[in-house]
Amino acid sequence: MEFVVASSVGLLTAAGVYLMLRMRTFPVVVGLALLAYAVNVFLFASGRLTLNQPPVQIYEGPWSDPLPQALALTAIVIAFGMTAFTVILALVSFLTSGSDALDMENTDPEVARTPTKRGEDA
Amino acid sequence: MMSHWIVAPIILPSLMAPLLVLVARHDIGLQRVLSLAATAALVAISLMLATAAATGTVEVYELGNWPAPFGIVMVLDRLSALMLVMTALLALAVLVYVVGTDWDKRGAHFHALYQFQLMGLTGAMLTGDLFNLFVFFEVLLIASYGLMVHGGGKARLRAGVQYVIFNLAGSTLFVFALATLYGVTGTLNMADMAERARDLPEADVALLRTGAAMLLVVFAVKGALLPVHFWLPNTYVHAPAPVAALFAIMTKVGAYAIIRVYTLVFGPEAQVTGTMPGDWIMPVAVLTLVVGMVGVLAGGNLARVVAFAAIGSMGTMFAAVAVFTPESTLAALYYMVHSTFAAAVLFLIVDMVQSRRGTCALGVLPPIAQTGLIASLFFAGAIAMAGMPPLSGFLGKLLVLDAVRDHGGAVWVWAAILIGSLIAIVGLARAGSQLFWKPHAEGITDPGGTVAAMAPQPVGLPVAAVLALLAMIVVMTLGAGPVTAYMQDTAGQLYDTADYINAVMGRN
Repeated sequence: MEFVVASSVGLLTAAGVYLMLRMRTFPVVVGLALLAYAVNVFLFASGRLTLNQPPVQIYEGPWSDPLPQALALTAIVIAFGMTAFTVILALVSFLTSGSDALDMENTDPEVARTPTKRGEDA
Repeated sequence: MMSHWIVAPIILPSLMAPLLVLVARHDIGLQRVLSLAATAALVAISLMLATAAATGTVEVYELGNWPAPFGIVMVLDRLSALMLVMTALLALAVLVYVVGTDWDKRGAHFHALYQFQLMGLTGAMLTGDLFNLFVFFEVLLIASYGLMVHGGGKARLRAGVQYVIFNLAGSTLFVFALATLYGVTGTLNMADMAERARDLPEADVALLRTGAAMLLVVFAVKGALLPVHFWLPNTYVHAPAPVAALFAIMTKVGAYAIIRVYTLVFGPEAQVTGTMPGDWIMPVAVLTLVVGMVGVLAGGNLARVVAFAAIGSMGTMFAAVAVFTPESTLAALYYMVHSTFAAAVLFLIVDMVQSRRGTCALGVLPPIAQTGLIASLFFAGAIAMAGMPPLSGFLGKLLVLDAVRDHGGAVWVWAAILIGSLIAIVGLARAGSQLFWKPHAEGITDPGGTVAAMAPQPVGLPVAAVLALLAMIVVMTLGAGPVTAYMQDTAGQLYDTADYINAVMGRN
């Protein structure tokens, strides 16, 4: 079981890093999602791999470590929210600038010429 | 007695932000009043907590009354209090500037995001738990993503995507590091981990050291150390300039985390890491310093000049951090507070210049409105940033130079700091003369009519905000005695970890 979990974390990480290096928003977002899966499994495994053991101590021991399960849950929620945000931001950026490349020229910052009403400056 | 005020800097903005969204959504005036009041209250609370922390006791607040290491604890010591005061003062000045220039009207929910940002910052500075630190990092980051793209625009959105993705990669590495540390030590409470790291079986030491090294990379990303500083220039250049001024604190959060974790958990006495953190930080700090200062010369526009000056100042600061002695940490803290205010001043001036000029590129255009006033402010800010007398940048650099004197690579650090300062002076002077001095020569034309086309800008509140930040720098200079005395106690407390650990673990 350790071998399966370890190699799947390794594979997910490798695929995630490869996709992140593609420098286009879509593969990078997918790569980040894969990295998030990898890190969640890794986090879960940090409490040691156990089978059929309760995470609460009201039952007879031995128990599995409940903390990594709670941490993985937190990390999943954060990663999911961040991925959703990145997808939307990447989409808005693509629709505004017409490019999905991640690297950009050293341009001067844009300045709004006239004071604008709330929410209309884009 | 447990003081509930410790958690107030987190609760206050976290309650104010939803209130701003739910109640004051359609009324910018009400939003401003609430946001300014909350930030002013944050200043008051931080000063009160700093007074409490100055006595030298380490105050612990157990969330939900769960004792450490089972529950999450908020810990108030001198370092946390110092960071809180700095954050609150900076946030108030920047918020006054934002209100004065109507930046908050250029997109929705500026004030709510601002408060969430403050919540993340204060939380990260108070928490005594590593996973909780990760969560507060995420809170401050997601708020900063919103602030970064506030107002929209092509370049800003693309820079925003870069910033978000860079930081998400950093966060992923953070969780990898935390899982490694938890897998070895079985705890995430910093005080508990410090104890367990001391008597670790020989077989686990390598794994713990790997976790510590990964954590160092994560904090270096936040602190914009070479070679993981690449998120900073485009973010600071394309973010709304007042937001960039607030972001001056973001790099310091990374610095804070390094100082906290690598004195408390993996401190100089810890056998597992030994001198590893300092050995790694020192060379990259010097490189960061050099790259930053060269960038000041090569910036091409004022925003990029200031962004690279901020990188250079992080390099100077980390050179002092890397020595890991009480004296060097005192120097690092003093320079950190100084450079935060100096960078914020310069970013606000960037906004003043480009809102009157239509661009902040370093070409020669006709004089802008209020050119004398803004030039004077820039002059003061540049003197502070470059580290020339009489302002606190000079004292800060002097402290840093003194602190690294006994270090093996002192020659390199001295050379880098002194030559770097000279390059920074040249770069900032050149930028200033292009923007403020040369326009007064005869026969300057304005091909695009950009300067003439700019609407008149408000002067009162924005200038007051910049003057307030400059006043902090002056206070740090004139009051250098009391300020360094407090920081000396702070540094002393950091290296005497027993107090902190005993307070957290409830062994008083």
